[in-house]
Amino acid sequence: MMERQQGSNRVKRGMAEMQKGGVIMDVVNAEQAKIAEAAGAVAVMALERVPSDIRRDGGVARMADPLITEDVLQAVSIPVMAKCRIGHIVEARVLESLGVDFIDESEVLTPADEEYHLLKSAFTVPFVCGARDLGEAARRIAEGAAMIRTKGEPGTGNVVEAVRHMRKIQAQLQQILHSQPDELMTRSKEWGASYEVLQQIQAGGRLPVVNFAAGGIATPADAALMMHLGADGVFVGSGIFKSEHPERVAKAIVEAVTYKDDFERIAHLSRGLGTAMKGIDVTSMPFEERMAPRGW
Amino acid sequence: MVIGILGVQGAVREHQEMLHALGVKTIIVKSAADLDGIDGLILPGGESTTIRRLIDRYGLLDVLRGQIDTLPMFGTCAGMILLANELSEGPAHLRAIPMTVKRNAFGRQVDSFETSLIVEGVGQDIEAVFIRAPFVEHVGEGVRVLAAIGTAAVAVETDLHLACSFHPELTSDRRLHDYFIQKIRQRTAVSV
Repeated sequence: MMERQQGSNRVKRGMAEMQKGGVIMDVVNAEQAKIAEAAGAVAVMALERVPSDIRRDGGVARMADPLITEDVLQAVSIPVMAKCRIGHIVEARVLESLGVDFIDESEVLTPADEEYHLLKSAFTVPFVCGARDLGEAARRIAEGAAMIRTKGEPGTGNVVEAVRHMRKIQAQLQQILHSQPDELMTRSKEWGASYEVLQQIQAGGRLPVVNFAAGGIATPADAALMMHLGADGVFVGSGIFKSEHPERVAKAIVEAVTYKDDFERIAHLSRGLGTAMKGIDVTSMPFEERMAPRGW
Repeated sequence: MVIGILGVQGAVREHQEMLHALGVKTIIVKSAADLDGIDGLILPGGESTTIRRLIDRYGLLDVLRGQIDTLPMFGTCAGMILLANELSEGPAHLRAIPMTVKRNAFGRQVDSFETSLIVEGVGQDIEAVFIRAPFVEHVGEGVRVLAAIGTAAVAVETDLHLACSFHPELTSDRRLHDYFIQKIRQRTAVSV
């Protein structure tokens, strides 16, 4: 019997590669998980409250009750992701023990540690982390994240921050690809980016892990927009189950991601979708209410 | 030679890069028209449930089923599931290879692993990355097992098709892709 190696970078990053071109949907129970799977989601994110409800309710947001996660794991055959608080080693280990396929160390929940993130390379389960720029992405990758997503501004239904973060990351990637090797250390210093990850980007011609868009995606056009800006796929949180017709919105977002260049098709599937989630203007939001700045 | 890659979801780019490195042209197949004039088709890894729902919804299922006796296909992971004529749970998809496939047969993501394998006719020490991978529980007539882990077949072929549980496209090992190309070439030579 040949040796089997579990939890290697290739196995963790490969799992994320299989999600490309797909939509990952937030769900709070088994019923929603089944709707998401039927609509063509590549994975579901099991949580106790979607980000817009976390905003509304206030208080401390934590890992979901394991009962919810277990129900969702039972309900669907697609991969199940779940969120732990930034730096909460035990929540992460608990989720790993439940058998979730991916953990999101997420700024949507109240951070447990305001200085350190998890050492994700110490786990067998892969992690996804949010980033606003390439420095943040590179720090998370160096800690072992197998997937990056833009932070956007979750629970707002406003795509503007996700666009800002994706544009920034893509521009910085181009800058690295056009840099001389002797310029990388200074970029590393300026951006707080791992030097080794910058070297990997330069050698491979791209980020060493997939980069999804997240945080404020509410419509099929929003999802297709993020794909146009270079996302490998999208996370949709409150946008689906806070809309008037979740099943139709979910299907339409999946289709818009597959056919991001077919604008007639996106027009067709956007027709009569009902009211999208109401949304919040991010610029009028007090800084302390924002989630994206959480993370270090 | 042009090889199509089913492009509704999953690791499409990795297959494309591997074929380009082997000097083969590719086309990403997203609609029935994209199948015109291709010499072979790769069904990539991804989420098989999702890919099936999408090929149904986008009207590709019948078109693909119509090609299973003539167009060489190579399925990796989710692609193997799509090619099976029977699944241990739930209805089968393209029914191109007489075999019974079990989904997520090695467990969930925490059980995913990489190893190296001997693949008969292809080579030794083939790098194999298994991600929530399926395996073949039972093969029917005309199916040859090329690699196995214990009693589980993880690479199989028929005269026309090739399927494996793992992801050669995530490695730099091009031998399985090269093998698929040779299969297409031999077939073309015979029919000419």
